[in-house]
Amino acid sequence: MAVLKVTFTKTNRDKLAQVLWVLNWVSVVTGVTLFSLGLFLKVEIVKRRELMSKEIVSVPNMLIFVGLTACAINFLGGKICYDCVDTTKFLRWKLLMLPYIICTFFFTFCILVGALMCYSMRNDLEESLFLGLRDAMRYYKDTDMPGRCYIKRTMDMLQMQFQCCGNEGYRDWFHIQWISNRYLDMTDSGVAERLRSNVEGKYLIDGVPFSCCGLHSPRPCIQHQITNNSAHYNYEYQKEELNLNRRGCRQALLEHYTQIMQSIGLIVLIIWLFEVSVLTGVRYLQTAMENVLRLGDPDSESDGWLLENSIADTARYNFNIIKNLGKCYQVDDDPNIDVPSTSQQAQENVPVKQIPVAQ
Amino acid sequence: MVVGKMKLTFQKRVKLAQGLWMLSWFATLGGAVTFALGCFLKTELRRRGEVMDNTDIHCVPNTLMIVGLASMGINYFASRICQDALDPGRFPRWKTFLKPFYGCSVFFTTLMLISVILSYIMKGSLETSLKIGLKNGIRFYKDTDTPGRCFQKQTIDRLQMEFQCCGNSNYRDWFEVQWISNRYLDFSSKEVKDRIKSNVDGRYLIDSVPFSCCNPSSPRPCIQYRITNNTAHYNYEHQTDELNLFIHGCREALVNYYMGLMNAIGAVVLSVFLLQCSVLASVRLLQTSMEAVAGQENVEVDSEGYLLEKGVKETFMEYVDPVLKLLWLNEVTPAEAKAEAGTS
Repeated sequence: MAVLKVTFTKTNRDKLAQVLWVLNWVSVVTGVTLFSLGLFLKVEIVKRRELMSKEIVSVPNMLIFVGLTACAINFLGGKICYDCVDTTKFLRWKLLMLPYIICTFFFTFCILVGALMCYSMRNDLEESLFLGLRDAMRYYKDTDMPGRCYIKRTMDMLQMQFQCCGNEGYRDWFHIQWISNRYLDMTDSGVAERLRSNVEGKYLIDGVPFSCCGLHSPRPCIQHQITNNSAHYNYEYQKEELNLNRRGCRQALLEHYTQIMQSIGLIVLIIWLFEVSVLTGVRYLQTAMENVLRLGDPDSESDGWLLENSIADTARYNFNIIKNLGKCYQVDDDPNIDVPSTSQQAQENVPVKQIPVAQ
Repeated sequence: MVVGKMKLTFQKRVKLAQGLWMLSWFATLGGAVTFALGCFLKTELRRRGEVMDNTDIHCVPNTLMIVGLASMGINYFASRICQDALDPGRFPRWKTFLKPFYGCSVFFTTLMLISVILSYIMKGSLETSLKIGLKNGIRFYKDTDTPGRCFQKQTIDRLQMEFQCCGNSNYRDWFEVQWISNRYLDFSSKEVKDRIKSNVDGRYLIDSVPFSCCNPSSPRPCIQYRITNNTAHYNYEHQTDELNLFIHGCREALVNYYMGLMNAIGAVVLSVFLLQCSVLASVRLLQTSMEAVAGQENVEVDSEGYLLEKGVKETFMEYVDPVLKLLWLNEVTPAEAKAEAGTS
């Protein structure tokens, strides 16, 4: 008893083949979409590579690979479906179709994995961003060291673009020295005192870089002596909410990437559903065409199904094949092997021929 | 004196009609692109409308949008004409339509060319408009509590950060304006009182700029206060320091941005203009060559097509005369009526 059997007339089969041909070409377009989505994600991640401790390569590479494979597979599928209208042309593809369907089945599974990976990337990303931002803030002042000279610019542009400040918040800047020693007047008593009071000899201040300044503040930005209310007229730093950007950059970047990946994940899921439907159609077409060939009459009705036997039977059958794959040919199964029989009758009946010996 | 006379065989006429059909659809697309570019330019100008004093520059995108729509219409009709051109039965119904069609087409095609030239002519007007708009924006920067001006600070800050510019002509414009509001100044402080007393208008002027003038590419943390005072900062010479603040003025940055945009748009519109001209010339050739074989039994003979029957000046007068006659007729009629009233 076949799984989900459907009967196809000749016109039904032809229509199915034509529809599948069109759908396969649409799938090529969706494959290109997948590829471009993967490329877009890769570009977005590479753009902020300096702010991540470990670059996330798995998800965009997976999407790029899946996109390219989708194009190839669906291109082939389109060709096959185009030929399926004619039974003589179908014979060319007959042997290839079942492996093709199995490959496509595993491939659609890969698409699903790709979609799920998009959603699971968040945790890796959060940790990577936390470490990356921490290091970027630490190297903010090192604009004279090769390899780190653009970190200040990257950090400033990030804080201005995403309207964020620091890792968790603006207080992160209070714990690191972000003003380089070459701009500090070491002869000044204030500077010397600050350096002395710090255990590691770092110049820590309750100030933040200019890029933390909030755009929505009604007053000019207060970026130095933030916690000192008396340093500024009519200022209470606990009440001031608009002066500096409140959001931490890790949170801002995480939200940005999560949004991108949720959209990409949704699109990939829709593409996956589409691919599964195309695959189902191709399977029906394949079984219908094979049954037509078995019946002999190209214009007759034929049945198409997803699986010939029930799921359990098919599973058992395939499992047996896999089990016997490893073993060599079985002696009792193969009829071509000359097995010496144990019964006397057989021995008498078989004439023993002498092998002529050359003199 | 016929202009652009060409002999066309039947095969050539057929090819011309087919080519023209394709060309007119491309030209329709070109018209749509022109309209879209006009819309895009208008949105870009409106986005920065707060720092512009007047909207004179909007005539460029408005013209582009009108021309784009007209072009789509013209090319649609051109494609319909060429579809019917080879059929002698259907072609005569276009006869009365053709003269106003050519008149309108030439008018709008010239308008397309004018719009490109206009974008270069309006540069001066744009610059003046920006100069006044930015001056006001900088003046009202501190008025975040005055209704109608409360977003000037945000607008100017965003503008300076996005276009990497500072002030109107350069950063010194901020030295001449009080950009810190009085409600954040401590009037009991000696320094504040001295500064206000030393100024004629009683304004608090300092040699400092807002944070949005700071250049992120600078290797040192931004120096935005006491810029001209070398001793106020360690290892600092304000004459040699070029990376600390943005050196370009916002007026220059905005003018360059918009001129760049209009140059790119102008290039595209010029190519659409050339396409449109070729479409019109082809329609005219096809029409005249088909008229030459009209009424004949064998339509597959050679015929001559031309662009203009008479010279350019005479054709122009031919089109303009009906319009003038309409105006003169109106003038003559009241005079005639008066004469009649006089005699009766």
